[in-house]
Amino acid sequence: MGLLSKKDAKLITDPLADNNPITIQVLGICSALAITAELEASIVMSISVLFVMGVGNVVISLMRNIIPSKIRIIAQLIVVATLVIIVDLVLKAFAYELSKTLSVFVGLIITNCIIMGRFEAFALGNGPWRSFLDGIGNAAGYAVILIIVGFFRELLGSGTLLGIPVLGDPIEKTGLYSIGYENNGFMLLSPMALIVVGIIIWVQRTRNKDLVED
Amino acid sequence: MGLKSNLHNLKEKYKGTKMAPAFNAIHTFLYLPNETTHNGTHIKVADDLKRTMNTVIMALVPCLIFGMFNAGYQHYKALGEIEAASGFLSASFWTVDNLIVGLWQVLPLVIVSYGVGLAVEFIFAVIKGHEVEEGYLVTGMLVPLIVPVDTPLWMLAVAVVFGVVIGKEVFGGTGMNILNPALTIRAFLFFAYPTWMSGDKVWVHGAVERDQMIAAGENLDAISGETILGSLAQNRGAGYEVMDMFYGIIPGSVGETSTLLILLAGLFLVFTKIGSWRIMLSSVIGALVMGLIFNAVVSSEWITESSKFYGLMSTEFWHHLLIGGFAFGTVFMATDPVTASQTNKGKWIYGFLVGFISIMIRVFNPAYPEGVMLAILLMNVFAPTIDHYVVQGNVKRRMKRLKVKTA
Repeated sequence: MGLLSKKDAKLITDPLADNNPITIQVLGICSALAITAELEASIVMSISVLFVMGVGNVVISLMRNIIPSKIRIIAQLIVVATLVIIVDLVLKAFAYELSKTLSVFVGLIITNCIIMGRFEAFALGNGPWRSFLDGIGNAAGYAVILIIVGFFRELLGSGTLLGIPVLGDPIEKTGLYSIGYENNGFMLLSPMALIVVGIIIWVQRTRNKDLVED
Repeated sequence: MGLKSNLHNLKEKYKGTKMAPAFNAIHTFLYLPNETTHNGTHIKVADDLKRTMNTVIMALVPCLIFGMFNAGYQHYKALGEIEAASGFLSASFWTVDNLIVGLWQVLPLVIVSYGVGLAVEFIFAVIKGHEVEEGYLVTGMLVPLIVPVDTPLWMLAVAVVFGVVIGKEVFGGTGMNILNPALTIRAFLFFAYPTWMSGDKVWVHGAVERDQMIAAGENLDAISGETILGSLAQNRGAGYEVMDMFYGIIPGSVGETSTLLILLAGLFLVFTKIGSWRIMLSSVIGALVMGLIFNAVVSSEWITESSKFYGLMSTEFWHHLLIGGFAFGTVFMATDPVTASQTNKGKWIYGFLVGFISIMIRVFNPAYPEGVMLAILLMNVFAPTIDHYVVQGNVKRRMKRLKVKTA
């Protein structure tokens, strides 16, 4: 047996595919639409959510026996808010340009349904280690979709990846652009993010018919 | 052995296999299917889906042919090689030279549109295991008519794949789509490649190419041709005679310029009972009402000539019917029986709002001069809601009547 027991490993692997927070539970869509026009922003957003969810789940799990259930939402919000402010300040200090791109969406991690959902559904009823794994797993599932969407939107919309031109120069007409290729401006608009997420959902449910709801 | 029996044998041979729908489609495209329903009572009518589609295509052919001549005419006129045409039957319009340019530019659009669209339909039919549906026949003809003449073919192909897959197949294919596929394709092109769908270069064949040659250092004059909506949006006046707008001897997308031919096609569709006259009429009324409101705003001097809306707002309200794609959209797209409202009362509301919103978008958002495209797509989304309330209203009224009688 490795580092994790089979049951614990499932906490991480499940949200990556068959119980993905975005494509199956359909949570956290807003941020997936808003910040995925660039791959870099998607990655930073993913890391931020990974941190907030991993730590947040542990903190809530440790406090689960002392939080009165009537005010648990407020308690949860305070924990997330604290963590999000830490992330926001770190980004402002070390990656100012990026934090401007992400603008309010870092702050809006607080309202990301995935986080509150996992607090409620998992951390309040499980120990810190398992809660940590669950948080990491769900954040990773969120990250996978964000990065796939960000990859396609940046590649087809701007012809770059992580800001580096990969298809040639659209102004100098080199690479693909020399034969008449053009960037697809629609990819940079939010509706296209929704359509890309939709296509991922379509592919996923075609491969695994068990996921299709009636 | 004739072609028919050959095809029939081929069809029998592949019966039950995965590729069967593809062969069946070729067979039924050329000949009527042999299989008919055997049980139950049916009303026999000749206008099946295929006949309906063919009627619309027949109505579109004059627009297509006119569009080809117009493509050549705008090209040579921008180059200064021919005189401006005067009147519909002008000798400088109906020339072989014009037609050749048109054929050379427009036929590839038609071929790509049909080729790619039908390929997608065939693939989906084979994967999903149903018969190929005729749904693309009309869309395939509409698409080349609503794009600028110089649209790169690969862009058209990408847009057609997007429109057919995301606009139609994901909803379950022909008859199940929420949005009009042809307009979905145009909207995709519009948002994805705005430089090829707007401005003063794309409407005249050769203008973009000319610009590239000039940029490369050749000593040529740039040519351009702005649409009337484009120049109105910049407060520069229409620049064309009203009759020219009506005849369609103006720059614009391939087949949408000639209001005269669209009017005739519209009458043809109404007489053959393919298109809904309710939608066409109410949409024209909607546009006129909005136009009158804008005219009233101008005449009561709420806005000044320096306002960026002045050009379009001060346009005579009925000119709005002649310029841009309004007429084409109203006759051929708003009346799409799948995406429009189904109830008669619903059709009036739906059509009125299409016209009303078209002109509103046209005037208030100069970045999207072709408001009719967005208006129809928007109303497509609302059509089921309109129908729902019309039906519910009817149910309520009849329930009341029932109560009165029994009480």
